[in-house]
Amino acid sequence: MPVRGWIEVDELYCKGCELCVSACPQQVLSLDMTKLTPKGYHPVNLHGEGCTGCAICALVCPEAALTVYREAAPRAARLAAQEV
Amino acid sequence: MDVTTPVQLVYQRPTALARMPTHYCPGCTHGVAHRLIAEVMDEMGIREKSIGVAPVGCSVFAYNYFDCDFVEAAHGRAPAMATGIKRLLPDRIVFTYQGDGDLASIGMGEIVHAAARGENLTVIFINNAIYGMTSGQMAPTSLPGQITTTSPAGRDVEEMGFPIRMAELLAPLDGVGYSARRSLHDPRHIRTAKKAIRLAFEGQQRGLGFAMVELLSNCPTNWGMTPLESLRWLEEHMLPAYPVGDFKVAPVLAELRI
Amino acid sequence: MARELLKGNDAMAEAAIRAGVEAYFGYPITPQTELLELMARRMPELGRVFLQAESEVAAINMVYGAACTGARVMSSSSSPGVSLMMEGLSYIAGTEIPVVLIDVMRGGPGLGNIAPSQGDYNQIVHGGGHGDYHPIVLAPASVQEAIDLTVLAFDLAEKYRCITIVLADGSIGQMMEPAELPPMRPLCSTYPDWAVRGAKGRQRRFLSSIYIDPYAEEVTNLRLMQRWVEIQANEVRYREYSLQDAEVIVVGFGTAGRVALSAVRAARQEGIRVGLFRPISLSPYPNQALDRLVDQASAILVVEMNSGQMLDEVLRVVKGRVPVEFYGRMGGVMPYPEEILVEIRRVATQPLEVAQDPRLGWLKRIAPVAASQN
Repeated sequence: MPVRGWIEVDELYCKGCELCVSACPQQVLSLDMTKLTPKGYHPVNLHGEGCTGCAICALVCPEAALTVYREAAPRAARLAAQEV
Repeated sequence: MDVTTPVQLVYQRPTALARMPTHYCPGCTHGVAHRLIAEVMDEMGIREKSIGVAPVGCSVFAYNYFDCDFVEAAHGRAPAMATGIKRLLPDRIVFTYQGDGDLASIGMGEIVHAAARGENLTVIFINNAIYGMTSGQMAPTSLPGQITTTSPAGRDVEEMGFPIRMAELLAPLDGVGYSARRSLHDPRHIRTAKKAIRLAFEGQQRGLGFAMVELLSNCPTNWGMTPLESLRWLEEHMLPAYPVGDFKVAPVLAELRI
Repeated sequence: MARELLKGNDAMAEAAIRAGVEAYFGYPITPQTELLELMARRMPELGRVFLQAESEVAAINMVYGAACTGARVMSSSSSPGVSLMMEGLSYIAGTEIPVVLIDVMRGGPGLGNIAPSQGDYNQIVHGGGHGDYHPIVLAPASVQEAIDLTVLAFDLAEKYRCITIVLADGSIGQMMEPAELPPMRPLCSTYPDWAVRGAKGRQRRFLSSIYIDPYAEEVTNLRLMQRWVEIQANEVRYREYSLQDAEVIVVGFGTAGRVALSAVRAARQEGIRVGLFRPISLSPYPNQALDRLVDQASAILVVEMNSGQMLDEVLRVVKGRVPVEFYGRMGGVMPYPEEILVEIRRVATQPLEVAQDPRLGWLKRIAPVAASQN
C-alpha cells in the first residue's frame, strides 16, 4: 500500500506557476481556480487522493511555498508499535 | 491492525530563506536557486557566518530573501567586493549571486581575476541567456539566432559574436578549485544542482580556491513563454549549447560524499 | 618621533599605516605607484590586508566591500585611475560608509602625462560620481601636511561616515622632504553597529546604496545633506600668510599655493602688500574666511595648476566686489615663483576691472608664454 502524503501550500508565496503541477508524478496537483492569494494568484493544491509525500513538488517550487508531510511507512510503524 | 502512524515532515521551507515573498516572476528558477542555497546554508549550519553579495539584475534584492548578512554591489563588481570582504574576514563564508549580464558582460574582468587569484569565494552564476531586469536584451550567453530586444532579427554571430561558456572559461585557471554547470529545469537536474552548490560552499569552507556553479535557468517573461514552456525551451536549446558537467573539481571535493 | 627624509608617496602610505588602515587595494599608476609598493611590503609585515587589484575599477570595489565590514580601508590612484573609481565612489557615498582615497594628480585630460597638475579639482570636489554627495577633500602642500592630512582623513571619514579624499599632486607624491611620522596606532577592536560581518547572534543586516522607493531615496539624500551641513560647520581648514595688511590676496591650494608663497614673500621684499590664503579643506571650502578678506582687498589673484577650477569657488564668494585675476599652468606644467611674482606686480599696480570670466584675460597672456616654452 503506498504511503499517504499531503502538502500545505503557503499562499503568501505560491504564484500559481504550475511547475509543481507538471512535475508531480501522481498528477494530483492543480491550481485552485476558486481561490486567489493576497497577490492575486490561483494557488496550487491537492485534488483527490494519491499524494505519496515524495516532495518532488517542493523540489521544483521556486517559492519554497510547499510543506510536505507523509505518514511513516506502514511496516516501520508496525515495528515501532511492537517495540512499545 | 489499527496503527497510528507517526507523521514525517518530508520537506519544509529552509530557515535561511527570509519570510519574504519574492518579486521574481511566477515560475522563475531564481527562486529554485535561492531555495537550494538556503537549504545548503541550513545543512552546513553556516547562516550566521555567511555574507552574500547581491548583483545588479533581477536578483538585486536578493538581500531581502536570505536570512544572512548581505551587501549590494555595483553591476559586475560583486567578485571584487566579495574579495574585499573575504580578505578581511577569511573565516566567513562569502558568496556572490550573479546573472549573465552581471558576471559575463560588465563583470568579466572581475570574475576572471577573482578566479585567477583563487579567491576563496563561492559564486552562483544564473545563466538564462538574456537580460531579465532590463526587459530582455541580448546577453553574452544568448544563443545564436535567439531573438531579444537588441537582437530583434535573432543573434547574428557575424555581427554580435558567439555565446560565452563561463564554466569552461574559468576552469583552466589555476586558482579555480571547482567549476561546474548544472540546470534547474527538472527534478533530477535540480537535485544534482543542489549537490554542486553544496560542493561549492564546502570548497570555500575547506579553502580550496575559487568555486563557481553555473545554473542554467529560465526567463519565461522575456523569452515570451509560460513557465512550463520555458523549462522545455531550456532543455531543448540551452542544454546542447551549455553542457551540464564538471569542468574542474579539486581532488578533495571529488572525494566528498554528499 | 624624529624627522626623516621622506618621499611623499611613501610618507602618505606609512601615515595611513600608523593611522590604523587595515586593508589597502590599489593599482599601479604613475606618479603614485610607490604608495602601492610600500603597502605591498608593509601590510603583510603587519598581518594586514594588501592586494593589487586588476584595475582601479576592481580596487575601489574591493575597498567598498572591505569598508562594509567596518574596517579602516583605503585606496590611492592618479587622475585617469580616479576617473575609473567614480562609479565606486558614488556607491560608497550612497551606502554611507567611511573610505579614504588619495589622488595624486597628473596632467590631463585623458592619458595626459605623469607631471603634476591640479586638474582633478572639479571631479573630486564637485563629484565625478553620479548623484548628490560631498566628500571631504583635503589638499596638502608639503610632505608633512600630506602625512597629517592622511591621518586626519581616516578620523573624519569615520566621524561622518563619508569619503575623505587627500588631493595631492605628482610633485608632493614624488618630492622628498624632512617630515615626522606619527606613532603607530593600535587597530580598532570594536566595529560600528552598521558593519556587515556575519549575522552571529543578531538580526541580519545589509548595506546597499539602492533605495528603490524615491521617497526613501530622498530621505537618504536628506541625511547626506544634513551631514554635509554639519561638515561645513566643523571641518573647514586653511592657512593664512601675511594677510593682516595685504591689499593683494593670492589664493592657491596645494603645490600652487606653495609656489605662490615664494612669490608672495619675494613681492613683500619689493614692498608690495600681498598675502596668501591657502585653503587646506577644499571641501568644505573656507567660504567665510575668504569672504572676510574681501573687504580689505584691492584685488585677488587665484593661482592654480589647471584652467581655473577652484577659481569658480573664489568668484562665487567674492561676488564681483573686487577684481579677481587668474594665473594657471596646465597639462602638468608647474608655475615658477618668478612668473607668479610678475602676476602679483601686474595685479598690484595695473588698473583692473571686475571681469565676467578672468580666464579670458589670462588666456591672452598665457598663450605666448606656453607656446614659447613648448
